[in-house]
Amino acid sequence: MNRRRTAAAVAAIAAIAAAALAPATAMAAADTTPKASLTDIENDVMCVSCHEPLAVAQSPQAIAERNYVRTLIAQGQTKAQIEQALVGQYGPAVLGKPPAHGFNLTVYILPPLILIAGIGTLVLLLPKWRRRSKANAEARATVPEPSIATADAHRLDEELRRYGG
Amino acid sequence: MRRLVVPGLVIVAAAALLALLGFGVAHQGSDSSIDAAVRNGHLPMAPSANVALPVLGAAGTEKLANLRGKVVVLNVFASWCDPCKAEAPILEQEQRTLKGQDATILGVTYLDNSSDSEKFVRQQHISYPVVRDVSGNFVRSFGTTGVPETFVINRQGKIAALRRFQIDSKWLSQTLPAILAQKA
Repeated sequence: MNRRRTAAAVAAIAAIAAAALAPATAMAAADTTPKASLTDIENDVMCVSCHEPLAVAQSPQAIAERNYVRTLIAQGQTKAQIEQALVGQYGPAVLGKPPAHGFNLTVYILPPLILIAGIGTLVLLLPKWRRRSKANAEARATVPEPSIATADAHRLDEELRRYGG
Repeated sequence: MRRLVVPGLVIVAAAALLALLGFGVAHQGSDSSIDAAVRNGHLPMAPSANVALPVLGAAGTEKLANLRGKVVVLNVFASWCDPCKAEAPILEQEQRTLKGQDATILGVTYLDNSSDSEKFVRQQHISYPVVRDVSGNFVRSFGTTGVPETFVINRQGKIAALRRFQIDSKWLSQTLPAILAQKA
């Protein structure tokens, strides 16, 4: 009789505990609120067969890839999780920004290198150009005005007077 | 002389950038060396034979090296590709014939997600082994740029025939008997 009572008590406690935990478990299981948008992801990943951003690609592979992204969004995965899943399925080429190793490094290294080289060239050359143009201006200023003979000067004054100058 | 330094540097930089562009473009292009070798009868060894690829829908991996001694019809496909759907029943039928001749078809999924590939395998009632090439490096080593493509690897592990587009029963019946008849 006692054993039966104990079993009933244990069952009751288990039922109460299950009822208390049920909402939390259900919430965790049903947490499929979209945490990413298709547009956002489409702009950052590639159609792997056509080598175009997924946002503009319309190939059969792109459509399949887009459907896969939609499925992952519907499962409530974040953008980072979706990108990781895409890499797992299609390899790193699916990412819009290539991974920074091997030949891909040029994508990251070259633009800043060219910018720095451009700025460096300007820093070196600009003062030189300024000095040169300043020297040219000074040289022009020091050149004496062409002299005019006295007779010619008189004739010029007369002409100017005649025309009312 | 000093006046030539800056234009010279600019020209060198431009030439370097052009060389880099050329290198990048050259490495993007398709490799047709396997096609040429097979055409000329200098059968090349199947590349990446020791690369282990995950088996679709199951644990474990498979590699070409494990199939040495068998004739392998390597079929690169994707679930989204219509010609692949069209040739799948032909390949499945061929697999039944090949089983008894120490030969097999080996499917390789390319640019496809595993759930779609598994669905494709179920829908097409495919019974031959299928592996996944997630990175695409294995498939690219065969000079593949699209799907479907099919390579027949002989018992010595050499590529004896290939087709860079959809296969049909006629091609299989013309290609396979001679390769199957060769001894290891």
